[in-house]
Amino acid sequence: MMVNIITIMQKYSAFSLARNALSGHRNWPLAWRSPPLKDRYDVVVIGAGGHGLATAYYLAKEFGITDVAVLERGWLGGGNIARNTVTIRSNYMRDESIPFYVKSVAMYEGLTRELNFNMMHSKRTMVDVVQTWPKLRELRRRQLVMDIYGSTYEQITTEEMRRRIPALTGGGPEARLPIICGMVHTDAGVNRHDAVAWGYARAADAMGVEIHQQIVVQSLVRGADGAIDGVETSRGTVRAGKVVVAVSGHTTTLTETAGLRLPLRTMNLTAFVSEPVQPLVDVIVNCPDSGFYFSQSDKGEMVIGGAPDMGQSFRRDIKQHVFEDTVTAMLSLFPSFKKLKLMRQWGGHLDIAHDASPIMDQTEVPGLFVTAGWWGGYKAIPAGGLTLAHLVAKGEPHPLMDSFTLDRFRHLDFVMEAGTTTAR
Amino acid sequence: MLLIPCPLCGKRSESEFIHGGPVGADRPDPNAVSDAEWVDYLTVAPNPLGPVQEKWWHARGCGEWLTIWRDTRTHDIVEAPDGIK
Repeated sequence: MMVNIITIMQKYSAFSLARNALSGHRNWPLAWRSPPLKDRYDVVVIGAGGHGLATAYYLAKEFGITDVAVLERGWLGGGNIARNTVTIRSNYMRDESIPFYVKSVAMYEGLTRELNFNMMHSKRTMVDVVQTWPKLRELRRRQLVMDIYGSTYEQITTEEMRRRIPALTGGGPEARLPIICGMVHTDAGVNRHDAVAWGYARAADAMGVEIHQQIVVQSLVRGADGAIDGVETSRGTVRAGKVVVAVSGHTTTLTETAGLRLPLRTMNLTAFVSEPVQPLVDVIVNCPDSGFYFSQSDKGEMVIGGAPDMGQSFRRDIKQHVFEDTVTAMLSLFPSFKKLKLMRQWGGHLDIAHDASPIMDQTEVPGLFVTAGWWGGYKAIPAGGLTLAHLVAKGEPHPLMDSFTLDRFRHLDFVMEAGTTTAR
Repeated sequence: MLLIPCPLCGKRSESEFIHGGPVGADRPDPNAVSDAEWVDYLTVAPNPLGPVQEKWWHARGCGEWLTIWRDTRTHDIVEAPDGIK
């Protein structure tokens, strides 16, 4: 008889820190196990990123489904959860979208306690720097819808914005795009992406979920009845009656192996980080008209992102002209940043749906679930995991996500968020 | 940075161009196809891990539209318009 030894998760606390200090920090238990791969599970989740790990966690916690394997081709939390700018916000446009993101922001705020893992959550407000009238009209329209669902958006004057962000010295009356005003989203914040991945992994593991790294899923396997039967991997066939595809940019690469056609395109989005400097900006700054956004990390680095690369791309690096365009835009509003040295740069590939809203559904292959089209999916991880676990466990969409199924394309009933993200 | 082969101007920097999207199927007569085929035409674009056929507009140059095959893994232009190396 095979016995599964489930580790008792050691609680992280000041007490455990002190106790482990006495033994020179040599006796900390591993945060998660590395068990041998079985050939069958109830549920296989492809992708140990934010959405995959959160889904596994909520499957175990909320629905008691613990015979779950999370398969990851690289290392845990090394995909897009490590390749974003950790911005958590709920300023969307549509009635269908906002309640979902409001829920996700609220879940993030309680995640440190829920997972007993310090998320270093910093609810620091986002300020949009508005430089064109069409953008202002669009943001006011968002504000009216956001008011309904308890998200926050407030217009402030340019003077007030410059007071709050002293480094914002560009965009004056002589500029090509003079600043018109600011919009303030007080619910926005940042946290630590590694903690999100590791916290979910550790908590899911403690409930019996298995996390397997460095296993490449090559194709999806369908049974004789057409339903999903498992996955073909670099370590052999793994059978499961339910398979979840949570792989971001490679969604179509995998779903094509089951004969599906999904309305997704894969694109490359990049970010980069400056050297650490003294505290200078204490809010998230978003400049949609100029095409960049940034926040200052707790370490002091400026974490900077821009517009996506044009065209489809499965690359994880940054194109020189995308980088130069972003820096040029940033220096037009923050000229003092010219002295900053840039330290690191990276890219991620993510898929965007036809209407720029996410897709979460059981596909026409019974038992095969996809979560995809997460443009800025970092903010959606807690609620995305919870609602996907609900869908997998019950076979019905969670009420917060029932507008985001594939049926909306069949009925041409889009949830049009194009234009409210950096997507062009 | 991509150097995109324009049939009129030769290889020019990507920053002079606007991306026109992947080339899909021709627009069918909506009354002649099934609902599923119509929705597929409207919403599903080719998304290959490899060469994709796509349109580019030389907007900050001569204004020409052109079509290339570009590899989505490497950015290599694997097929250029006729006559352009």
